[in-house]
Amino acid sequence: MDGITPVSALAGGAMIGTSAAMFLLLNGRIAGISGILGGLLAPPSRETGWRAAFVAGLVLAPFAYAGLGGSLPPVTVEASFPLLILAGLLVGFGSRLGAGCTSGHGVCGIGRGSRRSLAATGTFMAIAMLTVLVARHLVGA
Amino acid sequence: MAKTASAFAVGLLFGLGLLVSGMADPAKVLAFLDVTGRWDPSLALVMVGAVAVSATGYLVARRRGRPVLASRLEIPTRRDLDPRLIAGAAVFGLGWGLAGLCPGPALTLMTVAPTQAVTFVAAMVVGMLMFRLLPSAAPKAAVQGADA
Repeated sequence: MDGITPVSALAGGAMIGTSAAMFLLLNGRIAGISGILGGLLAPPSRETGWRAAFVAGLVLAPFAYAGLGGSLPPVTVEASFPLLILAGLLVGFGSRLGAGCTSGHGVCGIGRGSRRSLAATGTFMAIAMLTVLVARHLVGA
Repeated sequence: MAKTASAFAVGLLFGLGLLVSGMADPAKVLAFLDVTGRWDPSLALVMVGAVAVSATGYLVARRRGRPVLASRLEIPTRRDLDPRLIAGAAVFGLGWGLAGLCPGPALTLMTVAPTQAVTFVAAMVVGMLMFRLLPSAAPKAAVQGADA
């Protein structure tokens, strides 16, 4: 909205990629957020600890950002509450059915050349773009 | 313990990357998805940066063989494109396009835009639990290797 931001996008992307690379090299795992969170919904096991820790890191990241001296970038959530609920249900269900989300398929999967992830990413990008086209330009608003 | 600590650090770095890149701003995500409107292509570069580094990490991890803190790499091995993968990605894309939120950014926004992000995350968890109720889903959900 407030213009194109190529430098921060590339830098932030490299940070996300570094995080995914570290997770593979250290823990031997794919940094797929929906899989990590979804695994927490299973009965507690030896995996519960690291999964919860990963999610805690994600949730607490804004404090680290502020602690490192950054002023948090603007965040605008345009969706209404009913729409947030509908979107959340679809994202939760779809990411488990499709065995991954933007991180697992889009970053890690494509990074290792998985054709399943390539197909999934192409599909969700196309459908998301189509959704925005319909919601913004055809239905109105 | 070391595994848990590194998972925390990696999650933190992931969240920082989301904030720095603009992926954590739903308005920015929707502007990226709005290809026929006032398109903001910036977030394509998030993907470029993230995939380039994660691909390098993958090659190094494959060469090393054994991860530092675990006995083996756990990487999905399936290669078939089944209807379920595509249907799931389509449902996910619909939800992503409606609100501009996907799982990582939603979690990171819980402390930034609490009412909205917590609402979304709660619904997302319900959606994940609904998936677990599918009789055919249960065994597969238990196989973490099937996850990307």
